[in-house]
This record gives sequence, C-alpha cells and structure tokens, in this order.
Amino acid sequence: MTAGPLLEVRDVAKRFGGLAALDGCSLALEAGQVTGLIGPNGAGKSTLLNVMTGLVRADRGSVLFEGRDVTAVSAHRFPALGMARTFQIVRELGSLTVFENLLVAPRLQTGEGVVASIFGRRKWWAEESANAQKAKALLDRVGLFRLADHPSGGLSGGQKKLLDLARALLLEPKLILLDEPGAGVAPPLKIEMIRLIRELKAEGVSFGLVEHDMHLVGELCDRVHVMAEGKRLVSGTFEEVSKDRRVVEAYLGVAA
Amino acid sequence: MIAYLVTIAILVSIAALVGLALNLQWGQAGLVNFGVVGFVAIGAYATALLAPQIGWFPAMLVAGALSAILSAGLALLSIRLEENYLAIVTIGFGEVVRLVILNEGWLTRGALGIADIPRPFASLGQAIGGDTVFIVFALALVAVVFALLECMARSPFGRVLRAIRDDATVTAALGKNVFALRVRAFAVGGAVMGIAGALHAFYLTYIDPSQFTPIVTAYAFMAVIAGGRGSNFGLLIGACSIMALLEGTRFLKDFVTVIDGVQLSALRLGLIGAGIVLLLILRPQGLAPEPKRRAADLLSNDERAA
Repeated sequence: MTAGPLLEVRDVAKRFGGLAALDGCSLALEAGQVTGLIGPNGAGKSTLLNVMTGLVRADRGSVLFEGRDVTAVSAHRFPALGMARTFQIVRELGSLTVFENLLVAPRLQTGEGVVASIFGRRKWWAEESANAQKAKALLDRVGLFRLADHPSGGLSGGQKKLLDLARALLLEPKLILLDEPGAGVAPPLKIEMIRLIRELKAEGVSFGLVEHDMHLVGELCDRVHVMAEGKRLVSGTFEEVSKDRRVVEAYLGVAA
Repeated sequence: MIAYLVTIAILVSIAALVGLALNLQWGQAGLVNFGVVGFVAIGAYATALLAPQIGWFPAMLVAGALSAILSAGLALLSIRLEENYLAIVTIGFGEVVRLVILNEGWLTRGALGIADIPRPFASLGQAIGGDTVFIVFALALVAVVFALLECMARSPFGRVLRAIRDDATVTAALGKNVFALRVRAFAVGGAVMGIAGALHAFYLTYIDPSQFTPIVTAYAFMAVIAGGRGSNFGLLIGACSIMALLEGTRFLKDFVTVIDGVQLSALRLGLIGAGIVLLLILRPQGLAPEPKRRAADLLSNDERAA
C-alpha cells in the first residue's frame, strides 16, 4: 500500500463538443473511507466517474490509483487493479439469470477461451464451482439467492442495484465506485443498501459514491466533495458542506 | 421420392451449419453479420480449388481456416463500430466476395463456375450408393459442429458473449476484453460458415457465383429467428422448418388450382415471410429457449448435472 490517497484525480478536463463537463477537477478518495461526490445536475459527477474507470478518456489531467497513473488504462483492466464500479441506470445483463450475472464477473476464467471452453472443461468446471460458492454467499448476503435462476431483467429497480453491487464485489475490489446507488430504490431496500455498504467498509472496502439522496450521503459518507460546473467546489464532512453557503448557492442557482 | 428427401436433408444440413454459425455471431454475441453468404462462398471456392489437389479433408480444413481468418480480419477492422454500421460493412463484404469471384476468372473461372469437385468417400460412395454415404457424412458433420458449438455456448465463453450482447459497457467494466471476445466469436462463426461452404461444394460438385446470393444470408437469419436467438437446438428446428416450408410449398400447386404455378412460386416466399412475422408476434423468443446454467448445477459440484 502506498502512502497518499487511494484514488486521486488531478486537474482533469473533458469537453463534449462545446460543453465542458469537467474543467480542471482535482480531488481524492481516501482508503478505508466512503467518499461522496455530490453536486447539482450537470456538475460533471458521472463524467468524472467514467474518467476514473477508463470509460471516458480525459482531455487533460491524470487519474492515479494507489499512486499509479491509470489515466490511459482501458476500462476492462480496472478490475485487475482492484477497482470496480456500478452504474447509475442499472444495466443488468438482462437475459442472463441472476446467478449467471455474478458468474460472468470473476477474473481469469479458463472457460472464456475458445479452445478451453470445449477441451478444458474439467478445469473451468472446477473454477466455476468455486466461483459459484462465492456467488451464492454474496447473493445470500444481499438477499437475492432465492431469485438465483430468474432472468435478471425481471428484478425490481432496487434488486438490480443490489445485484450490481454483488457483481462488483465478486471482483474482490479495494475500491468500489457507486453511481447513484439509491436512485429508484424502494425505502426498505435502501436501508438494506446502507447496512451492506457499512458492513463492507468495516471489512476494508473503500467506496466512492455519486448520489443525490442526501439522507444516504449523510448516513454513509466520511467525507464529501461537492462539485459544480466541472470543478470541485468544497470538501469536508457532510455536516460541514451542508452548511457551506457556496454549496447552497450552487444547488439553488443563486448568483454568487 | 427418396432421392428428393435425401436432397432436402442435405440442404437442411448446409442451412443448419450456416445457421449455427450465425447463431454464435448474432444469436449469442449480438454481432450482426449480413455478409454470411460471402464467408460461405469463400469456403466453397477454397474447397473447389483445393480438393482436387490436396484431398477433400485438408481442403475443408483450409476452407474453414481461411474463412475464419477473413472473419477475424473483418472483425478487427470494423467491430468497434456500432451495430448498424457493422451490418453495413458486412453487407459490403458479401457483395465484394461475389464480385471478386465473378471477375477474377483466372482463379474462379468467373460465371462459368467450377465443376467436378470431388466428394468425400467417393470410392465408398460408388460401392454402396453415393447419396447414402453423403447424407451420413453431412449429418455427422452437423452433429460434430453442433456438439462443439453447444459445449461452447454452455461454457463461460458462451456466457460472456451473451453478457456482451446484453450490455458491452457493463461487461467491459467487469474486466472483460470485449473487443477480443467479439473477434473470437466472429472468427469461430466464420470457420463454421467456411465448412458449410465446403459441404455445399461437395454436394453440388459444381459451384458458380449465382449460388451465392444474399438469400442465403436471409435464410440463415430466418432460421435463427425462428429457432430462438442463442439456442443451438432451436436453430436446428428452425433450419428444418424453414427448409420444409421452402420445399413443402412446392407441392402446393398439386392442391391449389385457383392460381397457376408461376404465381404460386411467387407466393411461396411471401408465405414464408408471413410465417416469420406470425412467429415473431406469437412467440417472439423463438421455438426453443436459450440454455441457462442453473445455480444448483454448480453448487452441487456435480459435473453430470450439466
């Protein structure tokens, strides 16, 4: 483990045509914490998350994970580094069953090779069985095991969010970035989500979360970065930033 | 009549091979390939040109390999494209193949075509009847390809392809190299199309460019849609039904006296189209469902349960 923050973003800029989604944004996520990213719509939170996970390439600036520059790393290499993410609008793999959704996730699957899928059956079956035990444990944990053989497309919004999180956990990441884990989640499942994230944090997983639900942010986040117009505006604990005049102005659009 | 049924069975075998290949590329991996006929033609011509020199089996292997390499090449060039653009590129590829075959007469004899393609087990065929031997060969080939592709579909490879079809971005975020996996799926499908072309050449013993029109691609799509996207078993049923409809409706003229044979033959294709539309309305998931792995199979750790 290197000293310094787990994930650091330095002066990142990204334009989409004439729109500056990110405009010199710098911030850090500390290991062992839940860090919130909040801000009004259009502040650049989701773009920042995409830049952090290699789905969008920044025009300028850099992203460092455990001190290593990952700015130009392709999205599919992040899980191997120890970083996973979930999506804002849940993008479950709808025609796969709940259980299959999880089994896709583990890294280095022998059975994903063309030749090995046919002739290396003994080996990949052993891997699958081991992965299946982990997947069952995770599904039990999020309360979805009874739906294991159902198509994931039929789950409710909240259940899909839990499935998305369970799938990310199967990658055994150090850091999970959650894009609006509370959006469209029924209140009982939201409590479940908060409990789960707290448990995982206690087990040593770090989180970054983009969220509009201030109750959820207040419950979970050790530290919050407020973004506005593609930059970091204020950082601090949730209590600190929620009292900050600039934050109120950014949300309400009052002229500074 | 027996000879006619044998002919249909062999045509079904060829269509089934093409359909199985498309079912991997489009049904499972979600990659549209409107140039199917181009890969079949490459397989057929490679076989026709090489079989007299190197023997039927090596020629068939080369046909599959060549088609696989060209598929991989086309995929490498164009697979980053969004779905609709990949469709356009593959349509173009199919046409390019046909035009090259038509015009490069020094190699392909152009519109004259290539005759006297040797059949597998020709000497055995003379002893006990050529078509009997050939139908066994064709069905065995389909069985082997089906078994291999079904193993693949039920493996983690098949599963990750379906994941990519559902959402490529999510699958990439889970650490999968979507690009490489798509190229592999396209190449394997191409190999099977090449082998289907080889079977086509062996059966007809004469090939020319007029046999490789886009209708071959259309039949393959019909078979996949009718059978159910992603299901190899459904594909076999689909390919049989489409060929049965195509051939069976020939006999309609014996029963229908209101309109003449020419009008009826025009109606036949319309009937098949109507059949597909009805199927899509009544049973959009196709005839057979995609195979799914049940959690209990893996958790009991009992390999026989698969």
